[in-house]
Amino acid sequence: MREASLTRSRAAGVESAAPSNPLPGFRLTLGFTIFYLTIVVLAPIAALALKALRLPWSQLWELATNQRALAAYALSLGASLAAALVNALFGSLLAWVLVRYRFPGRRLLDGLIDFPFALPTAVAGLTLADLFSSHGWLGQFLTPLGIKGAYTRLGVVIALTFVGLPFSVRTLQPVLESLDTGVEEAAACLGASRFRTFASVIAPTLLPAILTGFGLSFARALGEYGSIVFISGNLPKTEIAPTLIVMRLDQYDYTGAIAVALVLMIFSFGLLLTLNMLQGWAAKFQEP
Amino acid sequence: MNPASVPHSPLRAAPVPLPEQPLAKWLLIAVAVLFSAVFLLLPLVNVFYQAFSSGWALYWKALSEPDTGSAIRLTLLVAGISVPLNAAFGLAASWAIAKFDFRGKTLLLTLLDLPFSISPVVAGLLFVLLFGAGGLMAPWLEAHHLKIIFAIPGMVLATIFVTFPYVARELIPVMQTQGREQEEAALTLGAGGWRTFWHVTLPSIKWGLFYGIVLCNARAMGEFGAVFVVSGHIAGQTDTLPLRVEKLYYEFDPAAPFAVATLLALLAVATVVLKAFLEWKSRRET
Repeated sequence: MREASLTRSRAAGVESAAPSNPLPGFRLTLGFTIFYLTIVVLAPIAALALKALRLPWSQLWELATNQRALAAYALSLGASLAAALVNALFGSLLAWVLVRYRFPGRRLLDGLIDFPFALPTAVAGLTLADLFSSHGWLGQFLTPLGIKGAYTRLGVVIALTFVGLPFSVRTLQPVLESLDTGVEEAAACLGASRFRTFASVIAPTLLPAILTGFGLSFARALGEYGSIVFISGNLPKTEIAPTLIVMRLDQYDYTGAIAVALVLMIFSFGLLLTLNMLQGWAAKFQEP
Repeated sequence: MNPASVPHSPLRAAPVPLPEQPLAKWLLIAVAVLFSAVFLLLPLVNVFYQAFSSGWALYWKALSEPDTGSAIRLTLLVAGISVPLNAAFGLAASWAIAKFDFRGKTLLLTLLDLPFSISPVVAGLLFVLLFGAGGLMAPWLEAHHLKIIFAIPGMVLATIFVTFPYVARELIPVMQTQGREQEEAALTLGAGGWRTFWHVTLPSIKWGLFYGIVLCNARAMGEFGAVFVVSGHIAGQTDTLPLRVEKLYYEFDPAAPFAVATLLALLAVATVVLKAFLEWKSRRET
């Protein structure tokens, strides 16, 4: 093990000069890590896999692809995609304003960004449904205009946007902070306009981080349930995949719940894989 | 600290920005502030406004109901068990991952993130399939008269699953930045393993550890989907605060769910303030 760690060490030459790693506790901590991971995470996932394998394949397929399930996936994917797009746009704007400008209330704004993360999603759903209902602070102005934000698909998008926003901002912020302004100065000295500098110098550097933030908020939205309970009004037209799982569980339809859960997990694992590849790609841009 | 060992400065020094058109600058700031005020601040203010809309008396009445009291106790109990366990795990995992090189490290890191990418509802379902009626462990549990699903142990397990990576994810980059020279020095000078950990490692990661615990706690106390699936919705017994909010939402008093929600909103405010404080602290010390 030690030999392997030496040859595989990617760190500087100082480290490979050291004869071995003298720090204690490797076996203890790694053993505990793997044990805890297995008990808490891997065993339950294995239980799902075992359970699914024992079920008749045709029934599972039927329940995973019937009309109700397909409608739920469509809304889950569509609403999450819309929310992630809104977050990519406003998240980038917020990150830019927070990093580049100094103005009164900047610290407060920075703290506000964390609220959707810190606020329990049930509370977010409760208050958003009230704000956008026809008598709410925002709904009383929006409803006459035909914009119904509570108990509609738009409401689902609003709630998913709320819960995903911090991911977009916080992924982009550190990258913006470490951005070398010298390149911008060079572009400006060479005669590029501010807009051209932004479009051809700044934006391409930030793209991997923006995409990563987009993916993270998309993934967060795909699994969200707590806020949707309140703002969807439990209507058939606002049913997302996690809601369908709960509905089927309530009727003790375990096969139906497993079928939808498997599809949802395939979506999220696919997304996780894409994100990992994206981060590998982004890391290439970060190296000095 | 040796500056050479730090890959990139965690200091949030403001880059010297190029002069921007003042109009563009203030327009962007205005849009950002307006968006955050309407979309982030207004929902929070609304929670408190609605909670007190029917007066203080009804607010206290909603909070002093026995079912709300038991929801507060259960929320504290569930977080009180799951957060320390995940913190202990986070310490062990970050020590192994940040201080040592081994085969399969990338795989382990990917597995750590698994709970992030699984819907909380699916997480709850996993435990129902393992411990629920007809589940894989059901015969054994029945033989020993143990009840996990629709009871508190299931809720603790589901919460642990959902909040599993938070502390580890915070600590790994902190420990990686610190390297291992200081621990090696302590060992060379004759300190034992535990002593090195307590007196060298722990002081240098304490703000990151607090930070991870604060985040983990916020998620643990506010978790809805996973706990919803395994709780069984027994009033006064298996309702945490978020579940209590949902139940009150379908009852006659419209202010009652908001009254309970103020407790969770205060938790969120405390979390955000603590987070800002810990970031400031750790910046000052590096």
